[in-house]
Amino acid sequence: MVTQSLVLASILFAVGTAGVVFRRNAIILFLCIELMLNAVNLAFVALSTAIGIEGQVFVFFVMTVAAAEAAVGLAIIISIFRLRETVDMNDFNLLRW
Amino acid sequence: MPEFQPTLLWAVAVLPFAGFLINGIGAFIAPDRKILATVTGPAVVGAAFLIAVVNFLGMRGAELHGPIVETYWQWITVGGLRIDAAFQLDQLSMLMTLIVTGVGFLIHVFSVGYMHADGGYLRYFAYLNLFIFFMLVLVLGSNFPLMFVGWEGVGLCSYLLIGFWFKDREKADAGKKAFIVNRIGDLGFMIAMFMLYANVRSLDFVTVFEQAPVTFAFGGAAVTAITLFLFLGAAGKSAQIPLYVWLPDAMAGPTPVSALIHAATMVTAGVYLVARAAVLFALAPVTAIVVAGTGALTALFAATIGLAQYDIKKVLAYSTVSQLGYMFIGVGVGAWAAGVFHLMTHAFFKALLFLGSGAVIHAMHEAYHHTHRHDDAQDMRNMGGLRRYMPITWATMWLATLAIAGVWPFAGFFSKDEIIWQVGARAVGPFEGWFTAFWIMALVAALLTAFYMTRLMVMTFHGRNRTGEAESHHLREVSPVMWVPLAILAMLSVVGGWINVPEAIAHAPVLGWLPSAEWLHEWLHPITESAEAVAAVNLPAAAEHAPFGGGEVMWAALSFGLAVAVILLAARFVGGRQIRPAAQSAEPRGLMRVLYHKWYVDEIYDAIIIRPVLATSRALARFIDDGIVDGAVNGVGYAARALGWVGSRLQTGQLNSYAFAVVGGVLLLIALVVLR
Repeated sequence: MVTQSLVLASILFAVGTAGVVFRRNAIILFLCIELMLNAVNLAFVALSTAIGIEGQVFVFFVMTVAAAEAAVGLAIIISIFRLRETVDMNDFNLLRW
Repeated sequence: MPEFQPTLLWAVAVLPFAGFLINGIGAFIAPDRKILATVTGPAVVGAAFLIAVVNFLGMRGAELHGPIVETYWQWITVGGLRIDAAFQLDQLSMLMTLIVTGVGFLIHVFSVGYMHADGGYLRYFAYLNLFIFFMLVLVLGSNFPLMFVGWEGVGLCSYLLIGFWFKDREKADAGKKAFIVNRIGDLGFMIAMFMLYANVRSLDFVTVFEQAPVTFAFGGAAVTAITLFLFLGAAGKSAQIPLYVWLPDAMAGPTPVSALIHAATMVTAGVYLVARAAVLFALAPVTAIVVAGTGALTALFAATIGLAQYDIKKVLAYSTVSQLGYMFIGVGVGAWAAGVFHLMTHAFFKALLFLGSGAVIHAMHEAYHHTHRHDDAQDMRNMGGLRRYMPITWATMWLATLAIAGVWPFAGFFSKDEIIWQVGARAVGPFEGWFTAFWIMALVAALLTAFYMTRLMVMTFHGRNRTGEAESHHLREVSPVMWVPLAILAMLSVVGGWINVPEAIAHAPVLGWLPSAEWLHEWLHPITESAEAVAAVNLPAAAEHAPFGGGEVMWAALSFGLAVAVILLAARFVGGRQIRPAAQSAEPRGLMRVLYHKWYVDEIYDAIIIRPVLATSRALARFIDDGIVDGAVNGVGYAARALGWVGSRLQTGQLNSYAFAVVGGVLLLIALVVLR
């Protein structure tokens, strides 16, 4: 059961990562990050049966941080959209040299 | 007899240094308080002279077992090398100290009058005091490195004082020339010190000269090389061929400086060095020929240039070079006492001649200043007939001229004649051919000396005045502060030779009618005896006659007669010619033109040394410095920028590519951990 859970978590994480690296839409990117976080949550829960309750406690922390991150991230996307009228990552090059 | 204890030996050197500090600080904070330098400048040197006299009297009245070395502190201690800051007082350094402080004091007094109107009055006296300090370190130092400190120090002061009026580009250049030419000689001095240490394992005079006859084989390669390098140093400092070119240019400095540094004291340091290291030079017969030969060649060569110069100081400068040549003939052939004797008498009469020319220039300058004319105050063609306006200067300078020309009974007669006699008498054995040639050169140079000095006197003081109608009303004799030193030096120029009249001449008719003794030879005997012992073992004894027969008295009488004849001849020849003021004179023609341009030596040096060196330097500057050194430095900068540019291309600003890099990195790390 643990093995299957970890395989699922890995797949979800890989999908999320691939989304972050290859997709251009900021919203999709954002969802992919959430996907990665939740893949990690799944891994924590799965491993808590073997290791102890700490895994499940960590999940709450991750969810809290993810919620905060979602709020800030969405706010950034909205303000960028207001400025650029687009959510295409190719147009976001403010971090360049 | 009681044991001799030196009195306040350190103070002899420290007093002038204190004077330097006082005047130097004064020059910064109150350059207009001239009274400060007027008092302290001459006073410290006078006090040093008095201490030297006290020591001299003590030394005469006491028995002296070898030189007295007073050690003050350890200066350098490295491995087996130990060099002390120590003064060595013996007969030679005593004599030099007396000359330096005595003549130095008179010149300081003269300077009070000569430089009084100058804005840099305090700075001038600070330099002059510093010079006396370094000169005393040079003559009193008890080892080669300490002597070298003085050697370099006087070179520095010489540079500072030649370029005293440094706002004039030409004068600043003359100072640089003196400094740079002296560097060549100093290199020789340093190499000689290195080699001495490698061979003897010590640089103290006492040890080196004691060990030398044991350590070195007579005529061996090591001692020959050491003495040749020492002589290179001496030739630089004492302006001998080929390094003499700086001295005539050094006349750009104030005239009392020329008298003190470039006639009486500093330039004789080379002679002092050879006399000091007499044992080493006695061991190297090849060096003897080189030293005496250089001296003879310089004496003759410089004398010919002196014949055709118009600048009064240039004549005296070449005369100094020529007389220094005589001293080197003396110390070269092994007559060290004779060389030092000429050094002493030369200090008197050449200082007098320079101070006299300074008085003349001062008067001429004042006259031109009154009428606002800008003619050359040093050109003898603008002088003439000054005897009427400046009788004291005229009389004292004639005494010096007779002394330098070798007229009995003036000082130069005894010292120069002794050198000429010694080189002739020593033309025996392996030296016969060489020394005979040097002897003839020295004789000819002596006659030329009489000629150019008479020419100088006649052009300056006799005949019609050529200064100008209005100007001649302003020509005045200089003030007592200037002519009293002249008078004292004139007295010394007359009697200075009497302290060392050779025995043969003392018993001759007419020539021997003097209160005299062969005193200086005896006085310097402790210094020269070990060197003379070396020579006595390895060389045949000096002959009793000159190369072409004739004894000492005959040649002395002959050279006296010839000197008088040349003086009369020159007076008639120069006096009978029409001389025009400098502004109306044409360039001399024929041989005189070559002599006037100093055999074009400066031009030759310029073509074969200075230009190639400058061209090479420029090429090196362009290719090595600009190309390789700067290229490397700039290259590093450009490389960093290029690398930064490449790095900056990675910063796309695209979040995706950053994420890609992060993921790639993480995968790589995991791969490394897992697959290891």
